[in-house]
Amino acid sequence: MTIKDIIPLIDAKVITPEADLKKDVLCGYTCDLLSWVMAHGQEGMAWVTVQIHMNVIAVAALHDMACVIMPESIQMEKDSIEKAEEEDICILESPLSGYEICGRLHAAGVPDKD
Amino acid sequence: MSALLHEEYPVESGDYDRAGEASADIKRKLKQLGVPATVLRRVSVASYEVELNLVIHSDGGVLTLEVTPEAVRLISADRGPGIPDLDLAMREGWSTASETARSLGFGAGMGLPNMKRNADDFNITSKVGEGTTIDMGFHLA
Repeated sequence: MTIKDIIPLIDAKVITPEADLKKDVLCGYTCDLLSWVMAHGQEGMAWVTVQIHMNVIAVAALHDMACVIMPESIQMEKDSIEKAEEEDICILESPLSGYEICGRLHAAGVPDKD
Repeated sequence: MSALLHEEYPVESGDYDRAGEASADIKRKLKQLGVPATVLRRVSVASYEVELNLVIHSDGGVLTLEVTPEAVRLISADRGPGIPDLDLAMREGWSTASETARSLGFGAGMGLPNMKRNADDFNITSKVGEGTTIDMGFHLA
């Protein structure tokens, strides 16, 4: 499943227009503690978080994640969006809660991390 | 052992906006050198953790990257304040991070244990009033 495939599932809009939506989404995850995500992140991950600052992008980029998903229409900081474009990380914004986003992705076949 | 690469990255205390820039550059350089993806990922995690530790806990310091045909080496040397109890600092879940750090999602007490887990060689020395040095090695051959 690609980023493009998950967009309609979670009613998301793409915040980073330059992002490559053909990237594979290999697993899903939700956590707001960056130190925790640093220890458990994986390649191709779709990561749901309410954190909006630039360090989110650093963590996502270092793990070669597929995308960062902002739940409940939370707005990512402008600097973070610019950084995400630089690092080729896709940011999606969804009106759904983190719980609902993960539920829908899991039901559609996006697995948990290893 | 000839060094393929030697880079030094000064990291300032409390500079959360630039935190991760050294790690991103390290990752880019190692990728260009053709370091295998599995090693690259472990170095990336450890470098980000140690960079964040410099930002959150130290009075500033320098992160050094050294690459030889045999190994990648990351050395973090700071100007203080030093860690009074290393055993406690190495314990998962223990953290002395500030409220600012915690509000950004750091300070879970995972940093040092995560570095140790990802590095093949891990050595930490610290002296209160002087500083902390962390030396990590990642085998390539």
